[in-house]
Amino acid sequence: MDRSSISASAPLQSQTSSQPGRKPRVRGELLAWAGVLPFFLFAFAFLFLPSSSLFIGSFQNSEGGFTLQNILDLSQPKILDSYLLSIKVSAVTAIGGGIFGFLLAYAVTIGGLPRWVRSTITTFSGVASNFAGVPLAFAFIAVLGRTGFITGVLKSLFNIDVYEAGFNLYSFWGLTLTYMYFQFPLMVLVMAPALDGLKREWREACENLGATSFEYWRYVAMPILLPSLLGTMILLFGNAFGAYATAFALTGGTLNLVTIQIGAQIRGDVLHNPGLGHAMAFGMVVIMTISIAAYTWLQRQTERWLR
Amino acid sequence: MKRFPLWSWFWILLGALYFILPLYGALDFSLRIKRDVLSLDAYKNALTDPEFVKTFLFSNQMAVMTIIVSILLIVPTAYWAHLRLPQVRPVLDFITLVPFAIPAIILVFGLIKSYSRPLTVFGLPIVPPLTNSVFSTNILLIAGYIVLCLPYMYRSVDNGLRAMDVRTLTEAAQILGAGWPTILFRIILPNLRTALLSGALLTFSIVVGELTLATFLARPAFGPYLALLGNHKAYEPAALSLISFLLTWVALGIIQFVTRGSSQSQIAGGR
Repeated sequence: MDRSSISASAPLQSQTSSQPGRKPRVRGELLAWAGVLPFFLFAFAFLFLPSSSLFIGSFQNSEGGFTLQNILDLSQPKILDSYLLSIKVSAVTAIGGGIFGFLLAYAVTIGGLPRWVRSTITTFSGVASNFAGVPLAFAFIAVLGRTGFITGVLKSLFNIDVYEAGFNLYSFWGLTLTYMYFQFPLMVLVMAPALDGLKREWREACENLGATSFEYWRYVAMPILLPSLLGTMILLFGNAFGAYATAFALTGGTLNLVTIQIGAQIRGDVLHNPGLGHAMAFGMVVIMTISIAAYTWLQRQTERWLR
Repeated sequence: MKRFPLWSWFWILLGALYFILPLYGALDFSLRIKRDVLSLDAYKNALTDPEFVKTFLFSNQMAVMTIIVSILLIVPTAYWAHLRLPQVRPVLDFITLVPFAIPAIILVFGLIKSYSRPLTVFGLPIVPPLTNSVFSTNILLIAGYIVLCLPYMYRSVDNGLRAMDVRTLTEAAQILGAGWPTILFRIILPNLRTALLSGALLTFSIVVGELTLATFLARPAFGPYLALLGNHKAYEPAALSLISFLLTWVALGIIQFVTRGSSQSQIAGGR
């Protein structure tokens, strides 16, 4: 414990004990820790206990003994497929949403647009990035479903039947398109401050040294933004990877995503193998943890420059 | 060198189109329950359905309880960490980040596994199975919601505490003879108004439409009701989706309005 905090909290400690000395200070310390105890108890009971029970469950067989079989079982084709599909959906929406969100964030921050455009887009991004789950799925069904608004417009105005052309809202590309609705606004929200951090002087210095716009982006702006850009895309990846409600409401559980599989496992109507379910959940937490850790690390790399 | 930012406008327009089309489409669709006329009947049907009223009220109750309990849990802890235990703050930062790595479906899986049978310590049952009664399942649901919203709530409160001088305020109050309840309820909480409001509204907009926890804990909440409605109706779900979008909008609009000036980053998540 650092010295300054001890001396600064002295008035408080003198209240709990009038005698200075070793023992009261220890008691004061204990009392201080008691203040944060309820929160830690809560976090233990409802965050760590449930997650660790899944972790332990993924190394247990039905009799409760230790086994690696559940982890090995993850390599079953159906399970592997679900991981692959989840990763594919998340990667495509992260990259697509990332690129589009970056361009939009660029347009509103340094694109030379009036200020009201920026505030409108940021507000809308805040709302849209929270607009996930069941309502989002239904909005898309109303628009791009078989009898949806855009489907209808395309058919009556241009005589294009998107469903005959191979599009299906309840499939991979439909889900991807729907996820984009909360993905790219999130990118805008996170990238806009990073783009704000690019200093005007850097660009001016480049121009004075005779650099082209391309060279400025290639050698100055991009290297600085890259960690943040990648980091946010990883965040988007995790964001899509853990999503369940949107996919469930949209496809009714027909797409073989990891979250859908785990949902079926909890209902107990598919796998009949609890250990495998735990292992799948454990696998998801591992992937999510890696993405969050990578995001945090990459954000820190950028923070050195953008203050 | 001033040029017309054509490139920027192009992306803005594309973005705006993508933002607005689904909403406009849903609006248009929700008005067409009667052939060839625009009517608000879908809204009337949806809002007067007793099942809607019941589930919506239930979700609102859960949201309010979640907000109250998480404020009671987080504010004293964060305050105490600022005042007396600065070394705990990194730990709190970490714990409140963990829910980001644990999607709702995993959380509910773990909760059911841990609390559908008696919780034992060294063979002694200390917590009875919580999923056995409606009341205790509601407790489990609220606890789950608190965990889901923990990152948002904690960050709001932490930002709020950072913005004021916790130690000076506390010492001044103590010198004037205030006890801990007075300090917490009459000094710290009023100063946290803005932060709490923004955390609370975000929590509210997350909880009211939440599907996963409520479905698997089998509670009659608004999210599962909406999902079920989507299976056998077309126009009413579109109407309710728009209403729920507007609710999110209102909640975030209020947050933006009350937190003007304070630069606060806001994070959102897919569900």
